[in-house]
Amino acid sequence: MSSVLRRIFVASLLKRRLASTLSLLSIALGVALGLAVQIIHGAALDEFGQGIRRMSGVADLQVVGAREGFDEGLYAVLALRPEVAEASPVLEIEARIPGATTPLRILGIDLFRVAYVQAQLLPVPDRAPTVMTDRMAALRDDAVFLSDEAEAFLLPDGAVHGEEGSRRLTVQSGLQVHELNVAGQVPGARERLGVMDIAAAQDVFGRTGLLTRIDLRLVAGLDVAQAIAALSPLLPAGVVLRPVEEAATEAAGLSRAYRVNLTMLAAIALLTGGFLVFSAQWLAVVRRRREFGVLRALGLERGQLVHGLLAEGAVIGCAGGVVGVALAHGLAALAFRLAGADLGAGFFQGMAPTLRFDLPLSAGYLCLGIAAGVGGTWLPAREAARVAPVRALHVAGVAGGAFRAGRARAAAAFSALALAGLACLLPPVGGIPLGGYAAVVAILAAAILALPALTVLVTKLLAGGRHPLWRLARARFVASPQQVVVAGAGVVASVALASAMAIMVNSFRLSVDDWLTQVLPADLYLRASSSAASGYLDDAALGRIRALPGVAGVDTVRAVNLRLDAASPPITLLARPVAQGWGLPLVAGGMRPPPANAELPPAWISEAVADGHRLAPGERLTLPIGGAMRSFAVAGVWRDYARQHGAVVIERATYVAMTGDARINDVAIRLAPGHDAGEVATALRALFGAERVDIARPGEIRAITLQIFDRTFLITYLMEAVAVAIGLFGIATTFAAQAATRKGEFGMLRHFGLTRRDIGRLLALEGVLACLMGVLTGLLGGAALSVVLIEVINRQSFHWSMDFAVPWGALVLFAVSLVLLAGWVARLAGAHAMRQSAVLAVKEDW
Amino acid sequence: MRGPSAARTGEGGNVRRFMCGLLLWRALFGFAGGACAQTDGDAVFAPVRPDTVLEFPRDLGAHPEFRTEWWYVTGWVTDEAGVDRGFQVTFFRVRTAIGERSRSRFAPRQLVLAHAAIADPAVGRLRHAERAERALPPLVGADEGRTRTWVRDWSLDWDGERYRTRIAAEGFSFELDFVPDGPPLLNGHGGFSQKASDPKHASHYYSRPQLVVRGDLRLDGERHAVRGRAWLDHEWSSELMPERARGWDWIGINLHEGGSLMAFRMRDADGHPMWSALTLVEGGRTRRGEGPDAVRFVPLRTWRSPRTGADYPVEWELELPASTAGDRVRRLRLVPLMDDQELDSSRSAGAIYWEGAVRVLAAGDASAGNEIPGPAREIGRGYLEMTGYANRPRM
Repeated sequence: MSSVLRRIFVASLLKRRLASTLSLLSIALGVALGLAVQIIHGAALDEFGQGIRRMSGVADLQVVGAREGFDEGLYAVLALRPEVAEASPVLEIEARIPGATTPLRILGIDLFRVAYVQAQLLPVPDRAPTVMTDRMAALRDDAVFLSDEAEAFLLPDGAVHGEEGSRRLTVQSGLQVHELNVAGQVPGARERLGVMDIAAAQDVFGRTGLLTRIDLRLVAGLDVAQAIAALSPLLPAGVVLRPVEEAATEAAGLSRAYRVNLTMLAAIALLTGGFLVFSAQWLAVVRRRREFGVLRALGLERGQLVHGLLAEGAVIGCAGGVVGVALAHGLAALAFRLAGADLGAGFFQGMAPTLRFDLPLSAGYLCLGIAAGVGGTWLPAREAARVAPVRALHVAGVAGGAFRAGRARAAAAFSALALAGLACLLPPVGGIPLGGYAAVVAILAAAILALPALTVLVTKLLAGGRHPLWRLARARFVASPQQVVVAGAGVVASVALASAMAIMVNSFRLSVDDWLTQVLPADLYLRASSSAASGYLDDAALGRIRALPGVAGVDTVRAVNLRLDAASPPITLLARPVAQGWGLPLVAGGMRPPPANAELPPAWISEAVADGHRLAPGERLTLPIGGAMRSFAVAGVWRDYARQHGAVVIERATYVAMTGDARINDVAIRLAPGHDAGEVATALRALFGAERVDIARPGEIRAITLQIFDRTFLITYLMEAVAVAIGLFGIATTFAAQAATRKGEFGMLRHFGLTRRDIGRLLALEGVLACLMGVLTGLLGGAALSVVLIEVINRQSFHWSMDFAVPWGALVLFAVSLVLLAGWVARLAGAHAMRQSAVLAVKEDW
Repeated sequence: MRGPSAARTGEGGNVRRFMCGLLLWRALFGFAGGACAQTDGDAVFAPVRPDTVLEFPRDLGAHPEFRTEWWYVTGWVTDEAGVDRGFQVTFFRVRTAIGERSRSRFAPRQLVLAHAAIADPAVGRLRHAERAERALPPLVGADEGRTRTWVRDWSLDWDGERYRTRIAAEGFSFELDFVPDGPPLLNGHGGFSQKASDPKHASHYYSRPQLVVRGDLRLDGERHAVRGRAWLDHEWSSELMPERARGWDWIGINLHEGGSLMAFRMRDADGHPMWSALTLVEGGRTRRGEGPDAVRFVPLRTWRSPRTGADYPVEWELELPASTAGDRVRRLRLVPLMDDQELDSSRSAGAIYWEGAVRVLAAGDASAGNEIPGPAREIGRGYLEMTGYANRPRM
């Protein structure tokens, strides 16, 4: 572009500072949010994956099973195979530390083996190796070695206890505590973990004969796939063999749905920014019609005009993109400090990822910003180039060719809706509800396309009213509904998004609340640790609980996990009494075993399992339990918001018979009438030791759960707010620009006797009307979107069904405030036009 | 008598070096007596008693109740091209006194360590590799009842007629058969071999000299069919080295005329001999000696290691005392296959020592009447081990 053109086009952005700034800001926000989500998650996943790779050392393959582990005999079998160059057994324990908030990951290792495979895990004794007794410290049965991170977490003050300044760590196994000697460090580890000898770990945590992982290094030159094919037949049921890389990316699978959802929200914010550029540019083009007419008359080619305008859009997009990229890194840094790496969703606890500048990703988002700018300018530029120069010179005013075919657009709106409906029927692709997202886009498009038609409809309905200002405003709308589109497009998109999210979150929250009531029917809950960690109870402990005064009955839960295949994350197996009283929030089937497979023990599956394995009540389900495949009959499908990857409930008696594992993770206690939960809780603490058990009332569990829920959706509220702000920017820009072009009109009205205040009111009224159209359309679109979110996107991403519940009050309040705000914004934006004297305004165009 | 080392190895770098060091030296003997030996309470190491009668083949196998034990094979082999090389392979068993009450199969009650080295004059220094593992059959173990000890695919077995060893390291591997020509040769008094004036420092110790070696040796992928003569030592003990000892010198020599010579001495911090012993088989007669002066080691030439700066007497004169009154003191010369046969594990085990192939020359009172001047006649070949020249081995 020549410098002349640059001056004509790009410089014009500087003249419309407000519109340019707002457009730029909206793009910046869209870019910033989207990029920030990517950066934060990217960093968290990197950290997670690197952790796994680092801990796996030079291993090619990993043998993994359920959290509880598998028979250690497999280690010798694999180690002796010709495919295997080195094998290293690991027993991973989430050790409960009495008094600490989170368990400590302790890896039981064979230090002779880790040297060959996972050298990063090699423990180094504290004291100088001249002391003979420390030479074999790493083998001792009470020795634990801590990474710096674990040491900082567990022994923050460098606490020294015991004789001879030895440092002690207390760990809990079951209800027993064991004193370990902190014998040194794990210099190669960068995560919070401890290392013990594998024999000591088996003894201390009561896991004799079990391993949770075997890392394998293959002989040089052997193909990984070949090795998997050769070794897989040796594995017992529920144990899988997979490349380390796959293990490292499992975390990505865990949080993928959540991440994609956030990214989509950011994308919609960016899209809204694009609308804003569109409305600003459209008005600018209309206003500069004469200017373009002159330029064309002076010999400017049509193509040059289009290029020039597109360049304007690109400049805004680029500037917005750059600001957005900077903002994104700021946001990410802030998020790391305040909310952690998972944006409050709880996927990556206890990790401290570092903020890094990712050039390709940032460049990608910068390009998206430019695309939004250019895309928003596309139609206005074509429109400007379409008009013949002579006509442009003659007629100034706001008239939009592109908006003429109202009927055609209504038809387009309907086809978009139909398309959305069809897209909802598509199955998810790799766990991502692509059809659902397509439907979201189609519904947004339909809403925007339907805006003018709705405007006409509503204006007809508003035919009454005799006040001159009202009639003026209405007349304007009837005359040019396209203005409403320009002003309201952003509002439609953001209101649709915000209301859909509000409906979805409300439905979700109410459903979770209901669900909690159903799954927590007892008066008191007791556990020795989370089911992943090393605390547990046994029948003896259960007997002691039963004997307490005030305890009317107890129910138990054993929670273990199972791997159904190498590709997917493990599912949870809950062994508990089902038939006697403690119900399930069923959505299909019943509590009785199905007649179809009556000879099999019953199992109740969560929706995630039902979806993932296409199972329905009455069908047969096979699970690897205790190293063998066991068959069950699906008795019912239940709703489970707690375990995203699926859960299966079976009778405890069945589980104990199959495995001999009589451990208990959670105990639900029913109280006899007239007994206080607080007193019983005190008695339980006295019985087991306050630091060794967690006791909660259902109310507390519910409060914590809902608190986590709200934190999870915090980020979505933030994005909604941004989207709404961008929508309001749209109104402000439109009215600011219109006020400028309508100076003549206002001068005339002043001439006819309207006061400046009257014109202000007129503008406010127009703003209110424009916004009202946008809000109404948006709410309709939002309702449709919420159905897609609940029935398609959530269902396919998380396999959660929920009951539809519209937060009427909140939506009305939101809509009314938005409309009023729009009136105020419109008036404020038009204030510039009202400042001039009537005569001047008629004479001169800005 | 030997110490395993964790010197340079192609396979694992510092990490493994650290590992072996961590375990070996303290593990092997716990020489410090009461200071560290039985702190674990649960483990009571079996004592070495002078009245124990060794029985074979039972005592060819492992003795897990003792603190430490090794099977040590050294020898000279010659390939088709006539190139002479030395080799050494050792399997150690160590009782750690850890995990005696554990219910885990992984309990590190017994460790098995293995060492292998090739002395190749073409390389100019030792090729060396090692392994260390906890005993965990069927992967790692040391069987009782007969010689069978293995660390994964490294092994040493006795099948009733022959020993067979397999070693596969990076850069070298070998698979050798050793056939003995007679019953085990007991050292000391009936296999009770004292290491100091206090008889509590002792081991059960027998040797198998004059093993006929046949097998394959691979060096950098190149296969050599080899033959030669080897020597096996099997020794087990719970308390070996006296606290004052600084190091020892040991030889095991196959004499060309069919006999054998084992000799060692313990040195104190000043380099003075504290104890020595000898078993000499010659012409069908076996001579044994034990005591501060049973055999004298006289250094002739020292070699300074460019890596550690340690000075090793790589050439010796050995003075065997007169067997009968009136007999003369016999002098033998020990000459190394090559000077640099040092093993450096200073960064891990803290032990640096010399362990290499040597020739034995009938030391010359090269009398005037001898028509061929020059090098004295070679009467045997074997191995020499010298510890404590760079630092004190923790044995």
